[in-house]
Parts: sequence; structure tokens; C-alpha cells
Amino acid sequence: MLYNSNVNSLNVFRGLRVAITGGTSGLGLALVRELLAREAQLAFVARGREGVEHIARKHPGTHGIVGDVSKKTDIHPIALQIVGLLGGLDVLINNASDLGPTPLALLADTDCEDLERTFATNVFGPFRLTKALLGALASSAREGRGAVVLNVSSDAAINPYPRWGAYGSSKAALHHLSRIWNEELAAQGIAFLSLDPGDMDTPLHAIAVPEADPATLKRPELAARELADAIGNLLAFMKSERKLQEAVR
Amino acid sequence: MTAAHLPIQRPRQAKLLVVDKRGHFRHWPRSRLVDLFHPGDLVIANNAATLPASLSGVHLRSGCVIEVRLAGRQSLAADGIRHSIAVIFGAGDFRIRTEDRQLPPKFKTGDQLALGPLRATVEGILSHPRLVQLVFDGSPNEIWEGLARHGRPIQYSHVRTPLALWDVWAPIAGPPVAFEPPSAGFALDWNTVGSLKEREVQFATITQAAGISSTGDPELDALLPFDEPYYIPPSTALAIRNAQARDGRVIAVGTTVVRTLEDAAALDGSVRPGEGVAELRLGRSSRLRVVNAILSGTHESGTSHHELLRAFVNDETLSRIDRQLALRDYRTHEFGDSVFLEHLEHDGSSLET
Repeated sequence: MLYNSNVNSLNVFRGLRVAITGGTSGLGLALVRELLAREAQLAFVARGREGVEHIARKHPGTHGIVGDVSKKTDIHPIALQIVGLLGGLDVLINNASDLGPTPLALLADTDCEDLERTFATNVFGPFRLTKALLGALASSAREGRGAVVLNVSSDAAINPYPRWGAYGSSKAALHHLSRIWNEELAAQGIAFLSLDPGDMDTPLHAIAVPEADPATLKRPELAARELADAIGNLLAFMKSERKLQEAVR
Repeated sequence: MTAAHLPIQRPRQAKLLVVDKRGHFRHWPRSRLVDLFHPGDLVIANNAATLPASLSGVHLRSGCVIEVRLAGRQSLAADGIRHSIAVIFGAGDFRIRTEDRQLPPKFKTGDQLALGPLRATVEGILSHPRLVQLVFDGSPNEIWEGLARHGRPIQYSHVRTPLALWDVWAPIAGPPVAFEPPSAGFALDWNTVGSLKEREVQFATITQAAGISSTGDPELDALLPFDEPYYIPPSTALAIRNAQARDGRVIAVGTTVVRTLEDAAALDGSVRPGEGVAELRLGRSSRLRVVNAILSGTHESGTSHHELLRAFVNDETLSRIDRQLALRDYRTHEFGDSVFLEHLEHDGSSLET
């Protein structure tokens, strides 16, 4: 469910330092475009150099970073480049996802290696990257800029869809990780969102459900707008809470 | 003291020597760290993450293999890394003691260095033949990617296995501007930071580009610490004012924090927010205007970090500290044990217990 708030989030993103994983296609690319339009400072991460350079060229002012969040040894180099290039970090969007074995398979027919790979991208990658960036996010929170981590979730994190076992169980783990982290790090001023963008017309969905009619699916641009609104509303809410606390002091 | 040779930031057996303002000594496990802090205190740490500042490569004019250790910069800006001061060694790596490292070739202004995917030019020779000003070619993206892919943390021979970045980033590490880890911060995990708030102890950070701690060359070591750019957030400056107003202690986590805050307060005793460059060398004759106590690593006599401790305690107490650290087998260097020193109230003799 999207975060609901009536707080106006207009221009909350201006100058904010945002990093997005899986930023060269589907929802990630739509988020790059949406947040660039909202005047955020952007770094995006993806595995393929060609795609990263292409998207960075098409979106001047963004920083493209080549890296694979499923690889432990890529995490700190990615974090180094994000914070080095942006000079800090206010918002992290863990969007990169692995669908698991395709065609989608029953869990009983899923190889352990495929399950491990799916968890490496969807759970351990976001966990490691977030952990490496917590110091930067906490600094941002202390300086009153706000700090939000959005983990892109799925209804498969909640509903036990047959043949979506690797993806669904990994997204369920990510969803719960987000909730626990949100509780544990609230005192540091870091908020976590776990949001389901809905069934979108993306390359990932086309692989998962090739027979789906794209016309019946949500446009990634719309989902990106909704997610950006949710982050913006939360940042605005955090800002107003902070002002209230300062006034009380 | 023996060198801690395993890259473990918060080992269970870590020790903490506590010397209070009356000169009383206590030996605690580091797990009791939070018990040192009182309601109203302000704990300030350096949140700089560590750059992979060791770059192997070739001096193109001579063909000689070199190791470049980035060691200083003029500003904390994202592009500030382009122009760096560097100490350069000849062939070899961290496995060889710095004192035994080969000299690099003789540099000339304009010399080109190939450092993996990075290219750099010697802009100038500084006050020592191994100390140069470099400028990196390429866009900021290319420089950061080159550092991320090719650079390694600066390392000394007492740690035997190659370090990864995660070994040298403290949990609170944020902006990657330090050349070596501000390692006193290794003692702060998120549980500790959370506990501070529960005890009504405030926590704040500064960012300071901690420079290198040793070169193995006495002439160069005498120049340390190099100037270190810093940033003091408005929230930290305000927290200091508030702590002082309520008579809370300002506790610095590490020598870089002391140097930064005292530099910022050098003019009139008040800490202003913003950027600056720490040039102060603190020692016996320094008068501390902001910091009341320091949590630090254990430092060997003769180093600039050890000299800084003289600003907190007199020579006699520092000698006793050194003796206790040796007698009780404290471990030294970045992954070693800790000391907590309050600024001594008077110059009287300290008490060992």
C-alpha cells in the first residue's frame, strides 16, 4: 500500500541526493526520469556498462554507475561512487530485482542456485547496499535533510502465488526487512518504505507473464510518479515533524 | 604494545583504558563504553568514510612500478579528489614495512602516472621528493569509478591480509573523504549510537578528511598531519553550544575530531558551522577550548596522534598511560584497543589502580 499523506510534496526533491538501483529499464528508468524532472540529484546503478552509459548520456546531470548489487564485492565500490559523486545521500531506492528462474517454476522444481541468486539480488543486495549507506543517510537525517529508503516490493511478497516462489519469498523477506529496519532506525531519523508499484508493463513482467496484454498493465511512468509522491509526502511529513519538535524544544 | 593484526573493528576482547579528570585509571572492556557517558554529554565522531587511496601503477617516463598513496586534499567537494597530495613509494606493497619500501623514481613536474584505469599528472613536487601534487585526468565519474575499481585501502604490514573497503568503513561512515580510517569510530556500532539517546547523551558528527598516519620516512613523518579539510554541520555547532550551556562534556571520538573542533574554535573559542581546513598541531602547549574528553585508539610515542594526547594530560600521566598500555598488553593501531581521557583538572600526579 502506498504511503498516504495530504502533505504537499511539491519541490521536496529539489536538490535531494537520490540513488536508484536497476536504473536503466522498466520502473528504475521511469524513476530516473521522474526524479530528474523533480530536480533531484541522481545516481543510478545497473549491471551493463552500455546501458548505463546510454542512459547517462540521454539524461545529462545524472551519474551512471556500473555495478551488480547481487555481488558482495560490488557493494562498497557502488556506495563509494554514489556518495562520492553526490556528496551525500538523502534517498536510496532499492529497485533492482531478479525474477528467479524463467519460465516461472514451482518451488519444488526450483534449483537451489536459482533461489540463492534471486535472494542475492532481492534481499542481500539491498541489505548490503543499505548497510553501506546508512552512515550517509544518518548524516543527512541529522542535518535535517531527511533520509528515506524505498525498497520496491510486490504483491507477491504478501500473496503466495504458485510459480512465483523464488521471487515472492525474496520480496517477502525484503518487505519484512524494511519493516524491522524502519522500527530500528526511526530514532536515527531514517525511514523505510516497502511499496508495491503494481503490475507494470516492464521487461521483467514480460518475461514473467509473456501472454499478458500490455494494455492492461500499469505504465511504469505512472508507478514512478506514485512512488515519488509517496517518498515526497514522507519527506515533507518528516520535515514538519522535525519543525514541530524544534518548536516544542 | 603489540599491533592488532586482524581487521576486526569491534573485537569482543577489546580493552578500554579510562583516565578521568582526576587522573584515576580504570581498565574496562570496550563493551562498557556507554557507561562513560553522562546525561547532557555530547559525543562527536568523524563520519568520513575511507577512500581506496592506495593506487598501484607505473611512472610512465621511467617505466618504474610505483604505489601512490593519496594523502591530502584541499576541499571536501566531490571534485576535490581531482587534485590530491600523494606520497609515492617504489615497487612493493603493504606487506613490506613502510620503513623498508623502495624509493620511487625521481619525479619531474608533468610526469604521467598510469594507475590502473586512472591517469594522473604530477603537478608539482612538494617539500619532499616523495611528496607530490597530482591531478587526475577525466570526468568526476571516471575518477570515482577508477578509484572504486582499482584503489585499495591504504594498509600497513601489521595487518597481514589485504583489506577491503568494508574493513575500514566504520558503521557511521558517510562521505568518502578520509585517506585512512578515523578508526576511533570503529568502537561505535548502531546499538551504541542508539544507547546514547536512551541515556540522554547527544550524538553529532563532523566530516574530516583524515590524512595518512605514517610514511616510514622520518622527514616526511615530521610533516604529519597534513592540512585536513573539514565540514562542521550547523546541527553539530548548535549541539556544542547547547552542551556547553548545560555544562555537558564535549567528547571527541578520535584525534581528527579534536583537531577539527579546536581549529574551528581557534579564533574566539566558539565553533562555527561550515567548511575549513585544520592546520593546528595540538600538543603539550595547546589549550583545549571545546573538547573535554577524547575516545581514541592507543598510540605509540612519537606519533602526531600521541602528541595530541598531551593536550589532555600532562607528561607524567601520559608516561603512566604508556606504561599501563604496555604492561596490560593493550593492542595498538587501527584495529586495536581504546583509551578514554578526560582533560586533567590540574597538573597533579595521576593515580594508577
